[in-house]
Amino acid sequence: MKAENKDRLLLRGGTVVDPQKQTTRRADVLVVGGCIEKVETSIPAAEGTEVLDCRGKHIAPGFVDMHCHLREPGREDEETIASGTAAALAGGFTRVCPMPNTEPAVDTEAQVRYQTRRAVEAGFARVHPVGCCTKARHGKELAEIGSMVEAGAVAFSDDGSPVSDAQVMRRVLEYCKAFDVPVISHCEVRELVEGYANEGRVSTRLGLKAGPDVAESAQAARDVLLAEFTRARLHIAHVSARATVDIVRWAKARGVQVTAETCPHYFTLTEDALASFDANYKVNPPLRSGDDRRAVVAGLADGTIDVIATDHAPHLKGEKDAEFDAAPPGIIGFETAFSLGYEKLVLGRVLSLADYVARLTVVPRRILNLPAAAVTAGSEAELVVLDLKAEWKYEPSGVLSLSRNSPFLGSTMRGRVSAVLLGERLFRL
Amino acid sequence: MKLRSRHLLGIEGLDRSEILTILDQARTFREVLDRTIPIVPALRGRTVVNLFFESSTRTATSFSLAASRLSCGCVNFSKATSSVSKGETLLDTARNIEAMGVDGIIIRHQSPGAPHFLSRHVKAFVVNAGDGAHEHPTQALLDAHTLREKLGSLDGKRVLIVGDIAHSRVARSNLLCFTKLGAKVAVCGPPTMIPPDVEQYGCKVFYRLDRILHEVDVVNMLRVQQERITSSSFPTVREYRALYGLTVERLEKLAPEVVVTHPGPVNWGVEMDFDVAEFSRALVLPQVTNGVAVRMAVLFLLAGGDAQADKAG
Repeated sequence: MKAENKDRLLLRGGTVVDPQKQTTRRADVLVVGGCIEKVETSIPAAEGTEVLDCRGKHIAPGFVDMHCHLREPGREDEETIASGTAAALAGGFTRVCPMPNTEPAVDTEAQVRYQTRRAVEAGFARVHPVGCCTKARHGKELAEIGSMVEAGAVAFSDDGSPVSDAQVMRRVLEYCKAFDVPVISHCEVRELVEGYANEGRVSTRLGLKAGPDVAESAQAARDVLLAEFTRARLHIAHVSARATVDIVRWAKARGVQVTAETCPHYFTLTEDALASFDANYKVNPPLRSGDDRRAVVAGLADGTIDVIATDHAPHLKGEKDAEFDAAPPGIIGFETAFSLGYEKLVLGRVLSLADYVARLTVVPRRILNLPAAAVTAGSEAELVVLDLKAEWKYEPSGVLSLSRNSPFLGSTMRGRVSAVLLGERLFRL
Repeated sequence: MKLRSRHLLGIEGLDRSEILTILDQARTFREVLDRTIPIVPALRGRTVVNLFFESSTRTATSFSLAASRLSCGCVNFSKATSSVSKGETLLDTARNIEAMGVDGIIIRHQSPGAPHFLSRHVKAFVVNAGDGAHEHPTQALLDAHTLREKLGSLDGKRVLIVGDIAHSRVARSNLLCFTKLGAKVAVCGPPTMIPPDVEQYGCKVFYRLDRILHEVDVVNMLRVQQERITSSSFPTVREYRALYGLTVERLEKLAPEVVVTHPGPVNWGVEMDFDVAEFSRALVLPQVTNGVAVRMAVLFLLAGGDAQADKAG
């Protein structure tokens, strides 16, 4: 993916989405030296200004993915920070938060700095690492959270594994209060999980090893209560089950400082897809029932679920092209997330366009204490240009991630990111 | 009459008439097995491979015998003697074996859907000989064959499947097969061994054996797997036998025409008393004999053998 340098760029004829005020309006945007100089209904193109034709398109702040896996260090055959951040940018994500379950795990300030530096060298999406909350993700001893915050980590999680010991989780929540950073909980009561099919009608039919929804919701219940008790900030990762949505809704009503995310596959797919035994439908938490899917959509609609994250999890073809049990869980998601959400949530009349964009921009930024996103004069240009009328086929040849493990390959998508502007650098897609 | 699919991946994909096609063919081959020279040239020149990733004596032997009775070559592959322990994947293994030239692959694998996965990647026909807790279609077919032999038809018959329904591929295939053949099926076991939403198969669920046993025509006992004994599925073998075992005492209370099946190998003294073997209504050994005939029928129909050849002999 190549950047073009633009000293003076006029985005002309587009509609600007303001996710903060939840409005959209027709406006031209003039970017000079990487900063937004003017946002006005009509800006004439002065000499030396390049024009990007945005007629029929929307302009929004760059998206933030607060949950992904970039695999570096350790599994650079699956993804690197360079390939992953390029794929992220292609999906409109200008900032991403890689989870620390790399090899070795990101549990020191040196590793946080390494990941951030690799992203700067690559020059695509910015990286804000999530650090381990416990050493080596073992769930036993606190990691050096304070040092990692100094180095740029924005949240803490042992994602991929739960913090099973309640006392350790309590200490993590308490300790993170010193830095005002959220603890991201991968909710999974491991003892209840035998495999990555949702335990129920479909797993019974297919004889697949399964885990029940209560493996997620029971831990979510424990963690919101611990967050209430410690008065700490908790974020629930990849919500997939109705009961978890209900727990989060209940906790918010009680005033617990809890936020939650879900991923496009949980509001798009259900366990019925497993009938093919195609391991590209194997994710953790597993795809659940139609009822769970509807509850996740309802949770997004009423704000119980705050954020849409991708849980982008690259795996090689050789790893996924195997019997269901043997394949690792996880699918890639950067390059399809916006389109899937646009079709299901915006065209599906669950969220307004501005609200949908907010779940990808202002809301995750607020949770992570990142600078606010806005298309306003004076701010640094960090913009996406969206072509909502586009219909496109998601094909392996176009994928920028090093891995191709997506159940959506071959599908026709609606709406796409057509350009990203990072300061003076314009990426046309 | 042919089957719609090139493979036999499960009872799930078969309709009633296809099941009857296989069973009718099996009946013809069952008669062959009683001849002095029990062999027909129906699949002469063909070769199948037994690709067994899980240990099995009777199923592998039964398929081998079925192939040889059809004059079909059969080679055995087992996990212990293969490169699987050297990190070879299922896909590698299957492609390598296919490259040696086989017409069919009979696979047993611990992972549900492994035969389905294989069928998408090889040209040979694939027979599922048991995939994890998913299906074991030839077991269901041989059970149906045995019951039809004894009862005439399964239409309206009341079948009770007893034991670890949750982890049993036999239970799933039998539920599908028996209901497609018109039987009324119920399952019975401790709630820890009943999978969620099992009613989707159109069966009733009972937790107490003695409340239903007197109302059935067929008792289909399942093997208690050793690992369940240590995984809190039930407290002790003693209590399991007391609540769910087919004891001689329970057997003697049943109406004389009620028959008992078991897919084997039996844990004698656990799910069935030793002495149950002595009762003629216990069909365990006829099931094994019929297994060969049913597997002959499956191989014959999938390999597209010469329909007239079975008449020779």
